[in-house]
Amino acid sequence: MKIVVCIKQVPDVADVRIDPETNTLIREGVPSIINPFDMYAMEEGIRLRERFGGEVIVLTMGPPQAEAALREAISMGIDQAVLVSDRAFAGSDTLATSYTLAMAIGKLGAVDLVLCGKQAIDGDTAQVGPGIAENLNWGFAAYVRKIEDAGDGEITVERLMDDGYDVVRTQLPAVMTVVKEINEPRLPSLKGKMRAKKIEIPVWSSEAIGADPERLGLKGSPTQVWKIFTPEFRRKGELLQGEPREQVDRLVAEIRRMNIV
Amino acid sequence: MDYFLSEEQLMIKELAAQIAREKVLPVRAELDEKEEFPWEIMRVLGEADMFGLYIPEEYGGLGGGILENCLAIEELSRVCIAVSVSFAASGLGAYPILLYGNAEQKQKYLPPVAGGKSLAAFGLTEPNAGSDAGGIQTTAVKDGDSYILNGTKQWITNGGEAEIYSIIAMTDRSRGARGASAFIVEKGAPGFNFGKKEKKMGIRASATRELIFEDCRIPAANLLAREGMGFIVTMKTLDKSRPGIAAQGVGLSQGAIDEAATYAKSRVQFGKPIAAQQAIQHMLADMTTQTEAARALLYAGCKFLDSNPKSISKEAAMVKLFATDTAMKVTTDAVQIMGGYGYMREYPVEKMMRDAKILQIYEGTNQIQRNVIGLELIKEYTGKKEGVAVG
Repeated sequence: MKIVVCIKQVPDVADVRIDPETNTLIREGVPSIINPFDMYAMEEGIRLRERFGGEVIVLTMGPPQAEAALREAISMGIDQAVLVSDRAFAGSDTLATSYTLAMAIGKLGAVDLVLCGKQAIDGDTAQVGPGIAENLNWGFAAYVRKIEDAGDGEITVERLMDDGYDVVRTQLPAVMTVVKEINEPRLPSLKGKMRAKKIEIPVWSSEAIGADPERLGLKGSPTQVWKIFTPEFRRKGELLQGEPREQVDRLVAEIRRMNIV
Repeated sequence: MDYFLSEEQLMIKELAAQIAREKVLPVRAELDEKEEFPWEIMRVLGEADMFGLYIPEEYGGLGGGILENCLAIEELSRVCIAVSVSFAASGLGAYPILLYGNAEQKQKYLPPVAGGKSLAAFGLTEPNAGSDAGGIQTTAVKDGDSYILNGTKQWITNGGEAEIYSIIAMTDRSRGARGASAFIVEKGAPGFNFGKKEKKMGIRASATRELIFEDCRIPAANLLAREGMGFIVTMKTLDKSRPGIAAQGVGLSQGAIDEAATYAKSRVQFGKPIAAQQAIQHMLADMTTQTEAARALLYAGCKFLDSNPKSISKEAAMVKLFATDTAMKVTTDAVQIMGGYGYMREYPVEKMMRDAKILQIYEGTNQIQRNVIGLELIKEYTGKKEGVAVG
């Protein structure tokens, strides 16, 4: 199997700060990590290679410093990495990003399966995975929690739903986004880390992937962000006064009013 | 302090620290309480290539030396030395094969050890033979294409868990220590059984068992080096492995300082953190200074050992002695700084103090280390060779 895992480098913070002028993330001084959900996608890619043979290629679209994320991927046991990077990609929304990644995947030849994390922890849109599938016109399943079988041009997976799970079978090639229930990502190995230090990582420009310049970066991004803000967090508390009996009565009345019981 | 380690050495240290933090820390108290062997952590260490640090690349290792191995042991020990001894004892069991095995023996036994697929163990100690290797009563008698082993080994780390055992047994009792030989015995060999798992004061997650040989038949090809070389094999093995015990001491000391210093900053008495009291500051200052001195001696000793000098017994013994006496003192002081809390099992320092004691005892008591150092010193000044002692 030839498996491609798309990953994203994201800021390592729970409370991301927004620049009020530009409505974009403030990235300065914030360390970068691989999007945690993508770690599960990479682990699943490696496990599929261990089950069915083949190779796992990791792909990221990002600035030159995203190379660090690719080297970390190699240290975990990924075979090859490609950085898709070009100034023309700057300002891409999820539409332009999925188009760009789909074009890069097209350049990789006969790919059987594309794996992504279910969403990135910075934007949280969960749109790029399905967007890639649309662009490639391949089968798609979101929230995959188990890959049951793959082979003979088909793949069978379990898709996590609110009230249980679906078993989905689709033709290969296909695109899947995975949830954290699917596996436990491994740690890097020393041999992997040493390989990661030395490996040559090719950088593909918009020209290299043969992309339509109109569909890239800001030009190819119809999304307009009007405002980004952190909802105000109000902690409401009320201290009940009086004799214990009164306090209990008021507490029970309050709980009833809130429809908790 | 910056020891100007190479990029690769820093990589080893970082990955070992990550494994200690993410995989060992969350379970160390539970493993101690349940006295449960840390198989899952051994698997993780194997996948991370840690078991092959000191094994040549041709046998599936990374081709590093004692320093590389000790860096990994140190970081694991900062969190739990029951885990690090299970890891390090596999090296102790593999060193006889690495140092004295022939090509076939190395090809057969080292790759599974390097890959973490099999643990190894070293069987020397017996009920009546610890530091005095001449007192070994386990015998090996040649019978055609086999040796037949009889006897009991005691307190063997990784006993029962390991697949590959390096065993010292007497092939010629009349020659005393010079009549000992070293053998490779596989788990499952006919007549090879294990005693009960020992209940210990510390390092409770590690496995310590008797090895029982009753007419245990092994192929004659499993003899290491030649008959009569068992004593030399033992000494050279311990020279290589002793720095690992020192690395346990350095890591454990650092772990205890981590706990005590953090506590001293947050514990308020008489209106200020106890870290502001000079009495506590001086204790922490001594603990840190001694630990750094132990680390400096360890790294310098490892680099010297890795340069393959003629004799390393004195240096290996000094490193082990100093770092483990330091660990006992530092962990005891960490409990003292934390007072009643330190004595409670809720906090990790009581375990650290219980664990520390074994470091002064195993792989040669610290008294034996002083014998080794003293003897080497006398040799240096007289140029004369005399009796020998091992742990």
